This record gives sequence, C-alpha cells and structure tokens, in this order.
Amino acid sequence: MTLELFIQYLFAGITYGSIYAIVAIGFNIIYNTTGIINFAQGEFVMLGGMISISLLPVLGLPLAIVAAVVITMIFGALLEICFIRWLVNPGVLRMIIITIGLSILTREAALHIWGESIHSLPYFVGNEITSVTIAGARISPQVLWVVGACGCMVIILSIFFQTTSVGRDMRACAANRTAATLCGINTRNMVTLSFMLSAGIGALAGCVVSPITSTAYDNGTGLAIKGFTVAILGGLGNSMAAVGAGLLLGIIEAFSVHIIPLAFQDAIAISLLLLILFIRPHGLFGSRSAGLKEF
Amino acid sequence: MALLELRGLHKRFGGLHAVNDVSFGVERGLIKAVIGPNGAGKTTLFNLITGTVPASGGQVLFAESDISRKKPHQIASLGLARTFQNIKLFSDMSVLENVMVGLHVRSRTGFIGSMLRMPAGRREERRLRVQALQLLDRLGLSDFADCEATSLAFGQQRAVELARAMALQPSLLLLDEPAAGLNIYETAEVGRLISSIREQGVTVLLVEHDMSLVMDISDEVVVLSFGKKIAEDVPQSIQQNDEVIRVYLGE
Repeated sequence: MTLELFIQYLFAGITYGSIYAIVAIGFNIIYNTTGIINFAQGEFVMLGGMISISLLPVLGLPLAIVAAVVITMIFGALLEICFIRWLVNPGVLRMIIITIGLSILTREAALHIWGESIHSLPYFVGNEITSVTIAGARISPQVLWVVGACGCMVIILSIFFQTTSVGRDMRACAANRTAATLCGINTRNMVTLSFMLSAGIGALAGCVVSPITSTAYDNGTGLAIKGFTVAILGGLGNSMAAVGAGLLLGIIEAFSVHIIPLAFQDAIAISLLLLILFIRPHGLFGSRSAGLKEF
Repeated sequence: MALLELRGLHKRFGGLHAVNDVSFGVERGLIKAVIGPNGAGKTTLFNLITGTVPASGGQVLFAESDISRKKPHQIASLGLARTFQNIKLFSDMSVLENVMVGLHVRSRTGFIGSMLRMPAGRREERRLRVQALQLLDRLGLSDFADCEATSLAFGQQRAVELARAMALQPSLLLLDEPAAGLNIYETAEVGRLISSIREQGVTVLLVEHDMSLVMDISDEVVVLSFGKKIAEDVPQSIQQNDEVIRVYLGE
C-alpha cells in the first residue's frame, strides 16, 4: 500500500468514524440521563440532512443548517414530551421498544415527505472534484468540514458538561436520579434536554456529512447500528471513549476495503458488535460494574 | 404554627400499613428525632415528606402550605433538604461539584444563560464556587474539595452529603440515620455538627438508632412502632415511657 493510499483510507475512516462517534455520543447522552438506548438516534441524523436540503433554496446554506438543527432539536424534545415523559414508572425495555417504534414512524414519515430518492447538500466549499492535497493524498475539503464540526461538537459538549451548572445538573441526574431530584433538580426537564442535545448534534452531523454520503429516508437505521456498536465498544455512557471507538470502527471499515469486498463493510461493524457483546459487554474502556447497568 | 405539620399520614404497600395515621408537628428551631424499631416506617415517613413516595392518605404541611401533592424537586426548592441512610452522592463528580449542584437551585441564572456561558452565567458560576468552598470549609472538608466524592472515607462522604443538603439553604433538614456506621468519636462529631446546624436557624428532623445521640441532642422525640405513633415527648419522659420500653425491650 502506498503512503498516498494509506492516507486516503485513513481520512475516509476518520470521516465516517467521526459521524459514528457523534451518533454514539447521542446514544450516551440519553443513556446517561434515562438508562435507555434511543434507537431513533439515527433518524435525527437523517432529519438534519433532509430538513437542511429542503430549506436550502429558501434560506441559503448556513441558515438552512442552523434551522435544520433547531427543528430537529424541537422534534427530539417533542418525541420525549409526547412519548416518554408521561409514562409512570416505565421499564427500560418498554422505553427502548418505544424508541424503536418512533424510529420506524419517523422513517416512514420521511419516506412520505421526501420520497425514496437520494438527496444531498452541495459541498460547502467547491464541488465534488475539489480537493486539497495532504502528504500526496487528495482529500475533499468536505472531509475537513466533517472532522472539524464533529471535533468542535465534542469539545463544546465537554465544556458544557464540565463547567456549566446545567451540564453539572445533567451529570448529577445521570449519577443518582433520586438525589438529584432532592437537590431540587427537575429530572424530567433534564431528560427532555438530553433528547434535544442528542437530536441537535445528530442533525448537525447529518448536515455536514450529507454532501459526501448523500441523504435518504432510510439512512438512520444503518447509522443507528454503527453508532450503537461504537457506543458499546467504548463503554455505554462514556462519551470520550465513544470518540476513540468511533474513529477505530471508521478506520477498520475503511482499510477493510483493501482486503475484502466493499459489500461486506457493514458486516464488519455487526461482527464487531456481536464480538464485543459476547466478550466485553462493558466496552473496551468501560469498567465491568459501569457497563449495562439497567439490563 | 409548626414549620412542618403531618396530619393523619397514611401509606400502604399492598397489605402492609407502613405508615398508619401519623400526625405530629415540628416547631421552628427544634431538633426532633423519630425513633422506633426496624420496620417501624421511619424511612417511609421521610419519603412521604420529601414526596419521593406518594402518600395513600393524609396531609403534609410545610411552612403553612400543603406539599403532599408537590413533586420532590419542587419540595426541595421550597427549602426542605434531606440526607440518606445509604449515602447517595453523585459519583464521577468532585466534592465541590456535589455541593455546587445543591447550590444551583438557589442560583438565578436561567437555562439559556448558563448554556451560552454569558457573563452573568460565568459570574454566577464563580459565586457558586466560592459559596461551595465556604460551606466545605465550615464542615472541615475544604482539603477534599477536588477529590472524587465517592472515593472518600465513609464518614467524610456523610459530611459531604450534609454539605450538599445545607447548600440548598433549607429551613428544614431531614437526616436519615446520620450516625449509621460511624464510630463513637465520629458520632459525637455528628452530634456537634447537628447542634451547630440548629444554631444557624435550621430546623432538624432526624431518624436515628443511636439512642445516646438522640437523647443528647433532640428537643423532642416521636416514637413509631409498626407504622403507628405510640409516643411523642421530651427525651427524659420518652425514656420513662412504659409503652416505649415495651416496644424496645419486649414484655
């Protein structure tokens, strides 16, 4: 393998890996406040892409993306308020099945609104053949947008969770819900907020990646499986580990093309998921006691 | 009127009558203890007062308003704080952060300000930090401010939980077995701490098994047995009460 090819694969891996990481962080944020896996996570990414594409002619690219993120956040909040919030003592399994139902519902609604055809946002800079050269390899500038946007999201999220009082309240809620309530924190609002945050980051990821991967109504499912694999791989609830695990999965997938046919790419993620569930269900970086607390 | 007033409080778990028609008041500025054999319904009583478990019947009045239908977080922000028998600190957070979570209820920055880290939000954050440190200092915990809360020794975790509860600036503090698992020196220390909390104008209601501590610091004692109140009096009279002696020592 030449150095150019190596870098080409590496960047392809990092691009997909950062998207997987963002989806996984979305899983983690909701898992931490509620203990459930929100399988509608992938749909947020699809909605972000689709909504921005629809708004593009009206608002222009930057505003369309902002609007798509905001609308998806409202959508996330509504999902929680309408389907999760009012449940009395909901079991974890019941809530997970509800999110699977919601994901199917969202997908079907998207099919009716945007049809079966594939849409995509234009490249933010230049077009599909524009490229920058890094160490002899030719990389689309959009790749840098994706990596940059995902990196920024990770940094902003960690600042939010570490240094703001709302972020601290959310962590408190994740650590011990009863105690948080008795400190005067409205834990239900924290759950709604976690859905909004997850929807927001998912939507933004959906926008920046749309020029490269295109957006179709059924994008969400695949992403949810990849994101779930990454979340488990890193250890559920651990967002920093999800970044590492996301990049790892992305890079493994990218380099696998060199050895086995492209058609088997998805099989790699699934095999990895099964493997990790059998061998280390608490994740590569997670501690045994922290993993899968609710199951 | 009393700061806290329980009127005919009931709680049934299926066939079990965990709290059965319990009524008493806690006057402002007092330390009142609830005692009783295991399973008498003491912790359930606390859960009813703080709203974590809904009552089957009866009323809880706090500062003259009915809180029986209120949500736990609303009750907490009215100034009613509690600690737990089995310590519930926020893991993965420092001692300081644990206390800051308690303080946040009293802070004024809204949601958006805090999210965007506006100047007011940053000032508020600094103010919270200073307040939290002062609070830790008063409880002799300032050396541990940056330690992970759950990594501390048992007695210290208790104190952190107390600091977090005090951060809510409560008018009434509920303590669920504050001396459980502590040795006699630590217990005496806890006793002094509770008395000093009362000096600061906070009313205290506690559940405790350590009788010497209870008799030492409380102004009034309520005795529960099988969910029913069997006595309520000053400590000296409780020690002489035949019914109480029978419940504790058998016939």
